[in-house]
Amino acid sequence: MIEFGHFAAILAFCLSGLQGVQGLRGQRGPAAFLALTALGAMGVSFLTLVMAFARSDFSVALVANHSHTLKPFLYKIAGTWGNHEGSMALWCLVTLGFGAAGAVFLRTGRPKFEARSLGIQGLVAAGSLAYLLFASSPFMRVAEPELQGDSLNPLLQDPALAFHPPLLYLGYVGYSFVFAMAAAALIEARVDRIWAKAVRGWAMAAFVPLSGGIMLGALWAYYELGWGGWWFWDPVENASLMPWLLGAALLHSLIVTEKRGGFAVWSVLLAVLAFCFSILGAFLVRSGILTSVHAFADDPTRGLVLLIGLLAYGGAALGLFAFRAYKIKGGPIWAAASREGALMGNNLILAVATATVLLGTLFPLIAEAFGRQMSVGEPYFRLTFVPIMAPALIALPVVQAWSWGRMDLSGIWKWAAAFAGICAVFGLLGVGLMDIPLFAALGVALGVWLVGGSMWELKRRAVTWPRLLKLPLRVWGMTLAHIGLGVFVVGAVVETSQRYETTLDLAMGGRAEVAGWTLSLEDMRVVEGPNWFSDRATISASKGGAMIELRPEKRYYPAARMPTSETAIHKSPSGDLYLALGDRREVNGQVRWTFRAYFNPLIDLVFGGVILMALGGLFSVLPRGVFKARARQADMASLPAGELAE
Amino acid sequence: MRARTQRLITVAIAAILVLAAAGLVTYAVRESANLFYTPERLAKVGLPEPGKTVKIGGLVEPGSLAYGENAEIRFSVIDGSEMTIHVSYTGIAPDLFQEGQGVVATGRFDTAGKFTATELLAKHDENYIPRELRHLEAPET
Repeated sequence: MIEFGHFAAILAFCLSGLQGVQGLRGQRGPAAFLALTALGAMGVSFLTLVMAFARSDFSVALVANHSHTLKPFLYKIAGTWGNHEGSMALWCLVTLGFGAAGAVFLRTGRPKFEARSLGIQGLVAAGSLAYLLFASSPFMRVAEPELQGDSLNPLLQDPALAFHPPLLYLGYVGYSFVFAMAAAALIEARVDRIWAKAVRGWAMAAFVPLSGGIMLGALWAYYELGWGGWWFWDPVENASLMPWLLGAALLHSLIVTEKRGGFAVWSVLLAVLAFCFSILGAFLVRSGILTSVHAFADDPTRGLVLLIGLLAYGGAALGLFAFRAYKIKGGPIWAAASREGALMGNNLILAVATATVLLGTLFPLIAEAFGRQMSVGEPYFRLTFVPIMAPALIALPVVQAWSWGRMDLSGIWKWAAAFAGICAVFGLLGVGLMDIPLFAALGVALGVWLVGGSMWELKRRAVTWPRLLKLPLRVWGMTLAHIGLGVFVVGAVVETSQRYETTLDLAMGGRAEVAGWTLSLEDMRVVEGPNWFSDRATISASKGGAMIELRPEKRYYPAARMPTSETAIHKSPSGDLYLALGDRREVNGQVRWTFRAYFNPLIDLVFGGVILMALGGLFSVLPRGVFKARARQADMASLPAGELAE
Repeated sequence: MRARTQRLITVAIAAILVLAAAGLVTYAVRESANLFYTPERLAKVGLPEPGKTVKIGGLVEPGSLAYGENAEIRFSVIDGSEMTIHVSYTGIAPDLFQEGQGVVATGRFDTAGKFTATELLAKHDENYIPRELRHLEAPET
């Protein structure tokens, strides 16, 4: 069965290669047909892998190493991509999926351009498939099958993490098609408004799932690792943040290219870089070249192959860029105070922020080149990323109202006064009444400024309230995304600056105070699950008249010989009360348990803000007229009778 | 001519931003970069400035793990050299923290050479070995 899948993957590899040839020859029809058949072949191939996992076929090496009969069914399926080889198979499937989607949906009225895009996508897919087949094949059998497998890493047996890799890959790999379209445009040295309009949808098709994937990863780290935090500036996390930042820059740069024909060269460069950073991310994660808390068993040779791939594809595209970019025409002249100027500022800041993240991430390698073993942690990123991004966030509500070409700045003092007012109010309230540090109070002010400013801008564009519904979905999408950014800023600032954490050391019946809650250890018992057993604590928590019970666990998975922490979280509007169970110890003959207790204020705003940003992105690319019929009805209903007659 | 002026202004603004970022990066690296010590290296170069945040790494010496009051964990870190680093950590050790296993800790040395860790590196996977410790542990197949 798995040999059939292996064969189908080889077939997909050949078809992709042919797709590359036909596409580059400018044959749109054949390239599209090959893209669809290649996806079909890889789909069959991936299905045989999933089947092998579903049926626990331990004669397949990958299944034997990463699955177990006692594992819940969802995690048997998710186990397919919960390992290096399987996740590469998923990567290939998604690459081919984007190729096939392009074959069907890419309609620009320029068949040669479309054909070349499909051709380059075919070459990218062929490269990924070559890596899958020759450097990390999931289709190998074992000589003497065992009756039982080694199981999936228990930390990955989690719903959020079952869907985290597919979403993340939709994002990473989504940029492959954006890359293909950029390279195709470079071949013909034509980057114009039609190109930008076409690319924007695909750039969003990568950005939205990437946001979702990063958020699921952060959410998982938050409740599964038991460290109370959601972002650690770890190399593996940064690897996903960098394409996200560049993707955000690209979306903003494309607006200028689409509406004014400007920033064309820059948009193409960003489109190329976004995908290069996706591969760089894969390289950092899989090669083990950097020490990461999220790293899994790794293999330097695989990393080397990925690095060669990155250099080959990125180098080819950048070479093409060097030879063709000068031919690409720019847009009309603009003043610094204009929408173009504002979006340029946005792009410069995002690009510089990405560069600082890259530097911090690669710092151990740079230091080692100078003969030192050093690394940078969270303080580095706090000192660089935050001050670089802050001006962009402060300016956002002001400059999103700027018009194309030139803007009259005579009213800007009102904006300055409004910002100063908000900062003063929050500064005084925060520091004076609530006793929180000034920078945290100002951070909250900034978030509120973003949310309020975005709403203000929406109203300004609509002019009157009923017309809000008539605004294009793009405007709604932009507003939603910017509100999401503000919500995220508030959540991130409050959570990181006001998080309360403590270590408890409790005997049975022992009590402790955490953030206004009185905790008491009521019970400890051993519980058994399908493929684990666990020490489960029962802790009662009371605050005012309210009384709740929290049950943090320490699970042990015999198949993987590995323990995991199952945290207990009580959600409330003001934040999460969060408990993780630690070690059992005997001190002076008395049995005691350690707990890590946190109060994470407004943590939901962090995840909610990212969801809003992704939703905003989704809204802004929905085709015109999706909500139109309903919007018009609502509009009619809300208008006074007199206006209807007009 | 105007297009050229515009390009010049753009480049100038970009240059200012890059310079500002470079300044921030230099400052941040000086403030926060952590040197990494193995016991062997510590023996060679001596104690770092007490109170400065550094990273240490090595193997948790078998038999050295002990529990103190208030969730304190004490253990020794070795790497086959003469030197041993005594570590104290208050909190919950990562799930895969065990005697005989590799550990990377962030924290500070005191004047007596005792290391107080604020963070222990957890790994998600028993087959993963942090890069700094790869020369100590051979991966099991």
